[in-house]
Amino acid sequence: MKTLRTPDVLVIGGGPAGLSAAVEAASFGCHVVVVNEDLALGGQLIKQTHKFFGSAAEHAGTRGIEIAKILVSELERFGDRVEAYTNCSALGYYSDGVVTCMVGEERYFKVKPKKVVVATGALEKLIPFPGNDLPGVYGAGAVQTLMNVYGVKPAKRVLMVGAGNIGLIVSYQLLQAGVDVVAIVEFAPKVGGYWVHAAKVRRLGVPIYLRHTVKRAIGESAVEGAVIQAVDERGAFVGNERFIECDVICMAVGLTPTCELLWQAGCEMCYVPELAGHVAVRDRTMRTSRPDIWIAGDAAGIEEASTAMVEGRIAGLTSAHSLGHVDEDVFEERLKGYWRRLDALRGGEAGSKARSGISKIMIEMWEGRGVEVR
Amino acid sequence: MKFDDFASGVLTQEMAKAAAPPTELWEDKRGGLVIIECPKPIPCDPCHTSCPTGAVLPFEDINDLPKVDYAKCTGCAMCVAKCPGLACFVVDLTYGGEDEALIKLPYEMIPCPEEGTEVECLNRVGEPAATGMIVKVQEPQRDKTLVVHVAVPKSFVLDIRAIRVKSHG
Repeated sequence: MKTLRTPDVLVIGGGPAGLSAAVEAASFGCHVVVVNEDLALGGQLIKQTHKFFGSAAEHAGTRGIEIAKILVSELERFGDRVEAYTNCSALGYYSDGVVTCMVGEERYFKVKPKKVVVATGALEKLIPFPGNDLPGVYGAGAVQTLMNVYGVKPAKRVLMVGAGNIGLIVSYQLLQAGVDVVAIVEFAPKVGGYWVHAAKVRRLGVPIYLRHTVKRAIGESAVEGAVIQAVDERGAFVGNERFIECDVICMAVGLTPTCELLWQAGCEMCYVPELAGHVAVRDRTMRTSRPDIWIAGDAAGIEEASTAMVEGRIAGLTSAHSLGHVDEDVFEERLKGYWRRLDALRGGEAGSKARSGISKIMIEMWEGRGVEVR
Repeated sequence: MKFDDFASGVLTQEMAKAAAPPTELWEDKRGGLVIIECPKPIPCDPCHTSCPTGAVLPFEDINDLPKVDYAKCTGCAMCVAKCPGLACFVVDLTYGGEDEALIKLPYEMIPCPEEGTEVECLNRVGEPAATGMIVKVQEPQRDKTLVVHVAVPKSFVLDIRAIRVKSHG
């Protein structure tokens, strides 16, 4: 392999956003390199055995793992125009526009792309409590990986912490794997995830304790149980402690955007609580303050895979457009179409948080704003 | 601790009644009618797009709650198989004897239940409400979501929303 790759577009991250960006850019004739940290393309989709929401355009009613296969096969149609590297990390962004990459821990190479789409996804948040370093305290992503990627039953009895969509969905998948989900505790006064996901686990007998949290893990050399307790409106512990016997405490307490490369590239960043962390300021084409860098998916703010795929399309479209590969009228029409889909997906009550967050961080256009390039 | 709480994914009795089809259309409808328990708006419309008869009405906004024209519903259960929230159920009140009814519900557990087996019928909080009998198992979308037809006591059709297949031995 050449030690310097020079594609039109480098897509960092092979999840729903990155794959969508790569497909879109390649469809306009761009030479695309995709680097993907995991062993398989698809990002979190490969663990999602449940059916997705959204509309037909976002493959609603299809399981996430099947959507990953669809996106990968779309990408493969472009043959040599797309090079995808798995088990490959983007290590750094340099001021001359070079991105350094490493496959495994041995093969090191550089990419100097004309344009970059950062679709690096998210990191799981964790909450501190005594005993949270015991074996048996997991993030929900790890539980899902063990169970749905490697076919390893991760536990006998699980206490799930968090009733957002991830906590609810992983609880359901644990039940499918024959694992006993003893309870779900949720700090908020209502479930954060979709009501129907909660109904699915409730009717299989899993209690959801609202306004409750885990107080400490119990166990000598591994988790043998957890102490949970109710919390009041201000988050202070109230009422009696209660012991829950379990061998895994699974944390599904939210995600935060993976944005190190964007910081390093000098993109204008802002902390937006509704998007769950620091995110890059962007225009409606998902372009950051660095004119050659686009963002898409959870790296641009925590949302759903459905919106990530549409954002990926936008980033792929506009990076291709910036290289002169897209006719003006096609560009305008497509962009409008993608925004109609995004607005629809974010339109309701479930999208109110994302809408509010994005309104804080999205500018109409960079031109004329006098971007300070650091 | 209160379990029957709407905030944690359980319909109240009143809401469950309100979600049921109109009695005059329902009681003699062979094949049954759909009940969609989807009370909170989310961006999702496969119940409509999978409906072959147009009974689940078109969504003006994808965040709308599903609306059903019961006159058009044939109880085919395509939506039961397609709904990502497993929120669609079909209840056929004409099935079997006077005190019997048929529920067609989504099922995604292993192993695949066998026709003719007795199962525990669970209510919305997973408590056993009655004993039922599996009369048919289908996989309409060929996507591993089964639609299981369960004969149940008629008086429990507004309570039963899941089954537990008893393990052998």
